[in-house]
Amino acid sequence: MMHIPCPWCGARDENEFVCGGTSHLQRPALDVSDEVWGAYLFFRDNPKGVHLERWRHVHGCGQWFNAARNTLTHEILSVYRMTDPVPQ
Amino acid sequence: MTGRRLQEPLGTRLDRARRIGFEFNGRPLSGFAGDTLASALLANGVQLVGRSFKLHRPRGIFSCGVEEPTGLVDVGAGAQRTPNTRATLVEIHEGLIASSVNCWPSVGFDLAALNNGFSALLPAGFYYKTFKWPGWRVFEPSIRRLAGLGRASGERDPDRYEELSAAAEVAVIGAGIAGLSAAVAAAEAGAATVLLTSSAAPGGSLGWRAGPDRQRVADLAARAAALGVKLLTRTMAFGIYDHNLLCAAESLPAGTQAASAGRLRERLWKIRARAVIAATGAFERPMLFPDNDRPGVMLAAAADKYAQAYGVACGGRVVIAANSDSGYAVAASLRAAGIDVAALIDRRPPSDIAASQPGLRIITGAAISRVFGRRSVRGCTIVAADGQGIRPERIDCDLILSAGGHAPAVHLHTQAGGRLRWVDDCAMFVPEGHTPGLASAGACAGVFAMEDAAGHATELGRALARGQAAPAAPVGGAGRSLAAAYMPNVRGKQFVDLQNDVAVSDVGLAAQENFRSVEHLKRYTTTGMGTDQGKTSNVNALVLMGEFTGRHPGQVGTTRFRPPFAPTSVGLLVGRRVGELYRPLKRLSAEDWHAARGALFENFGNWRRPAAYPLAGESLDAAAQREAAAVRRTAGLLDGSPLGKLEIFGPDAAEFLDLMYVGTLSNMRIGQARYGLLLNEHGVVMDDGIVARLGAQRFWVNTTSAGIERSSAAFEEWLQCEFTSLKVLVTPVTSRWGNLTVAGPEAWNWLAAAGFDPALAPQRMAHMTMQECELDGVELRVLRASFSGELGYEINLPDAASHALIERLWALAPRFGAVPYGIEALEILRTEKGYIHVGTDTDGTTLPGDIGFGRAIERKAANFVGRRSLLTPAARDPGRLQLVALLPTDRRTRLPVGAQIAARPPPTLTEGHVTSSYHSPELGMPVALGMLARGSQRLGERVRVHHLGSRIEAEVVKAPFVDPAGERLK
Ligand SMILES: [Zn+2]
Repeated sequence: MMHIPCPWCGARDENEFVCGGTSHLQRPALDVSDEVWGAYLFFRDNPKGVHLERWRHVHGCGQWFNAARNTLTHEILSVYRMTDPVPQ
Repeated sequence: MTGRRLQEPLGTRLDRARRIGFEFNGRPLSGFAGDTLASALLANGVQLVGRSFKLHRPRGIFSCGVEEPTGLVDVGAGAQRTPNTRATLVEIHEGLIASSVNCWPSVGFDLAALNNGFSALLPAGFYYKTFKWPGWRVFEPSIRRLAGLGRASGERDPDRYEELSAAAEVAVIGAGIAGLSAAVAAAEAGAATVLLTSSAAPGGSLGWRAGPDRQRVADLAARAAALGVKLLTRTMAFGIYDHNLLCAAESLPAGTQAASAGRLRERLWKIRARAVIAATGAFERPMLFPDNDRPGVMLAAAADKYAQAYGVACGGRVVIAANSDSGYAVAASLRAAGIDVAALIDRRPPSDIAASQPGLRIITGAAISRVFGRRSVRGCTIVAADGQGIRPERIDCDLILSAGGHAPAVHLHTQAGGRLRWVDDCAMFVPEGHTPGLASAGACAGVFAMEDAAGHATELGRALARGQAAPAAPVGGAGRSLAAAYMPNVRGKQFVDLQNDVAVSDVGLAAQENFRSVEHLKRYTTTGMGTDQGKTSNVNALVLMGEFTGRHPGQVGTTRFRPPFAPTSVGLLVGRRVGELYRPLKRLSAEDWHAARGALFENFGNWRRPAAYPLAGESLDAAAQREAAAVRRTAGLLDGSPLGKLEIFGPDAAEFLDLMYVGTLSNMRIGQARYGLLLNEHGVVMDDGIVARLGAQRFWVNTTSAGIERSSAAFEEWLQCEFTSLKVLVTPVTSRWGNLTVAGPEAWNWLAAAGFDPALAPQRMAHMTMQECELDGVELRVLRASFSGELGYEINLPDAASHALIERLWALAPRFGAVPYGIEALEILRTEKGYIHVGTDTDGTTLPGDIGFGRAIERKAANFVGRRSLLTPAARDPGRLQLVALLPTDRRTRLPVGAQIAARPPPTLTEGHVTSSYHSPELGMPVALGMLARGSQRLGERVRVHHLGSRIEAEVVKAPFVDPAGERLK
């Protein structure tokens, strides 16, 4: 069970959180093609390594935040706010 | 009688002043305090303890610890019986009851003839082959009877289990010399240190061996205690999980607690540790020779421990079959204990052998080719390992010890993601370096020289306490061992895996049939499965596979060790989450009132709610019919408190709700309310409800009772992650507000009589509006809405006040012929009106157009969640399933929910299915809703409904069934 550093509450056990999947997806406008919309809905990268994803501290402060997690080692490299830009 | 007790100082674990009586397979026996069940059985001369899993061969105690493959017993009686415990770990206590597992019809009954027949029938992969031909069913009954292990009690476990969380800077697993040294060093460096041992006391093998080193580990343990190291005994670390979460099972033996039933049996420790040090020792690798599974064949180190720790001589005359220097140390130890060692048979050539022993008969380059005795050992035949130079010789003995080398307990290292490397000259896998969170010390790291182990562990403890890199382990000290040590060209099965009855020939068959990968080998032969997970068999199995396929053991590799390291009970994992606490129910604050009215409670979602209020002798169905009819005729009262409630505040609240709901809500006047459909981004209907405007920047949202969590989660996710510039606050208020729904033609008269504000009268308050008002100082939010199709008021009020209001209304009920009604009547009423219930009539494919909201979407100009998905060709396909109302053609037969609609009987393509179905008290006939392909175009069509082989004719009719003009809502 991972130990996830909530930016608001500090490190807590993973079972207090839900993962919302890949972060920084751009929601397309209404007039895009079906292909573009389908890619937004269904197609995700599955990287071996660093993945930028969003988590919610659902059994805690209730806040969503972004995390950079290594999918191989589960190391969490950083957490940052939803509105922060993609980290370098 | 073979076993006997040895004199003190042997038996370091025993308190010989305390005799303990226990029962094994119905036979009363006794041992001493400190005995395990295995040591006590061996001391009593009980060698035969069970029958093997597949072949039903007689089996005895094979080891002295967690690796035990054969000494499996069910412990306890009745509801407290625990199946498949290892006799080697069970501490005896007064009144202990234990029995062999898998001993149909009894442990002593020999199914020899059947065995031989079965042995030929049950080669590796047998189960898989029967799936192809002639069919598993042919064999299943007899195999099920013979195979399998212990039986669960089938009753509710009366004992308690608890869970504790802890944090540590350094956690050390294993309290032998390495673990103690590491813990002391870590604590001296200032780290908060916890030390776990599965034994009853720290010290490891030095702690139980009668000799001068006992004082050394006792001093280390005392030093650890003085430094504040937290010691957990009888605590088995079974798993290391992400981010160094260490899980361990502490057992609290029955003998240490007064009460028997309801006692605390086990404790789950969840320890979050910055650094973990594994010092878990090593297992002994057994030798492979024919009939090496007989009772009376056991691991050499185990016999040594039984003598030293428990004062038990497992045999009177011993032959040691060795492939390792460790056999010599055991020979010396046993001889010093006064046990006759007839010979040490060393499979290795003399050039490999570093050890020696004066006065001991040593035969090198030799091996056992035959074991005499079925249910106990009477002797063995010795031959040259390479077939030359030694004349075959029979040696009489009653105990054969197996010293095949070492297998470091690398389980936690690999669980933590560590890799292994094969050390050829001592034929073992050792950790390749350390993992980021866990480092190994002592024998589990491949460090067998005692001073090296203590020194390295000390450095390791100090380094990890200071957050420094872990020093490399000085692997060595185990002496030479041969890797492949089976006997070619001899008769009889040479068992690799005693628990799963896997022999050398089975591994050969797997190789021959090309199941060469170690993962295939495991699944094909079942080696390494079961309660011991191959702790004594894995290395031999993969060395053999390498031998048969011309590969180095390092190339064959090992299967990945996964948690748990040893079996854990379900009770341990479940902890206190049983019974009422398994899934705590939400209760109505007026539950007592409902109960007093005769409510039949059922669980709806997580709520305990009245399904109906049956009168004496009335069925649930009849009660629901009566209640629904009363709502249509007079009035009814429903406790709707579980209804989901949210308040939405903020300058952008209206804009936000327009984004979230299919309908437009921003143009509502204050006090107005509208029905809303909530979609997900796929356009699928997630929930529905009513939104009312309480102010310019303030809205009241009702979700369904079951949908509140997903709806409020969706609101938060969209607000926090996508519509981040909107200034909106979402507050869940479900438990803050109770909800009483009063419905029926007499609803207003009833409320008026109870003193409600005349402004709420239907002439003054329109349908789908909300008013904030008071009743005797209690704030109310009254919504005129209806899920029944009758005049309806949803009275929201502080939850604590709802019981009093129910009483107040109930006192007036007789005047209006009003009744309380439950969920069943509500379902009848809404089905008569053709109102959907999200999740009942809809599923994970239902789009708003499918349930009649196509026009609402076209009218709305703004974007909203899910809208783009509704524009795809699939969403606009006219052949989609659409909501329809259905009547049976005979007007008598109820259409079963879930029944399929199709032109022909199944198997065929389905056109749809029935989703809701009730007898309508208003119409006096069954009515139903369903989802039907092109349903909206098929009004008046006849369809066929198929259910469990029967066929019911039905018609697609116009909804609703009751009050189509909606006059009752005016
Ligand atoms: Zn938080």
